[in-house]
Amino acid sequence: MARLIAKTPAEGLLPVEVAGVRLSEVDPGGLTSVAALGGADIGAALKAATGASLPGPGATTTGRGGARVVWFGVRHVLVMGPPVAALDGAAVTDQSDAWCTLRLDGAGARDVLARLTPLDLRPSSFAEGATARTLLGHMQASITRVEDDAYLILVFRSMAKTAVHEITEAMESRAARLRLT
Amino acid sequence: MRLPCPCCGDRDIREFTYRGAALARPGEGAGIDRWDDYLHLRDNPAGAVRDLWYHGGGCGAWLVVERDTVTHAVDGARLAAEGL
Repeated sequence: MARLIAKTPAEGLLPVEVAGVRLSEVDPGGLTSVAALGGADIGAALKAATGASLPGPGATTTGRGGARVVWFGVRHVLVMGPPVAALDGAAVTDQSDAWCTLRLDGAGARDVLARLTPLDLRPSSFAEGATARTLLGHMQASITRVEDDAYLILVFRSMAKTAVHEITEAMESRAARLRLT
Repeated sequence: MRLPCPCCGDRDIREFTYRGAALARPGEGAGIDRWDDYLHLRDNPAGAVRDLWYHGGGCGAWLVVERDTVTHAVDGARLAAEGL
């Protein structure tokens, strides 16, 4: 039987550091999509399964075992961390292999991201713990501000190389601008 | 131009795709004239319009957006799932 070797989406491409901003790939542990079916209220079931409350639009919550629940769309959240078993009233799917999870951190990470996304990244509208589905260049992405100067960026696995290229280019453009001033 | 997504807040136009006028679909058994009207006939008004936008670059919701083609003012948006 063939022995398959697991590769992370951005294997061999990262980490990259330019002018104090680092882009690295992180292993989220697991990614589970939880979508409420119809008008089902899944708050209690999610709380029982993960220890985290159901985040509203643009919010994240945390639960047991480092679980981070990220709002992912209309009546739809993504659980990063321990796998989630079936929940009543929800469509639960394992998407661990479907997304590339990147972390952009360091002073200036916000300036780099601002070159790629139309999102308002100012702290007043995108505080720590905030999340958004938005565009990164031409890619659909999920961006979460996990620390003051650190962002988690999820793109489709098939876009990993493009995402790394675009973010690296934005990091270099920012560095070039800094050299002028 | 920015659209006020009920889930995401004000978002840039590049996250959205225009999906045509927000019209009620003809009911079961509707006549051919009613379907012809629904599929092909549009008013193209100068002024207030209601149209569908897909927030594909964001939360994935379909929205009914009320806007004005003369002033370019956007008066509001709500989820199409709540009814046209």
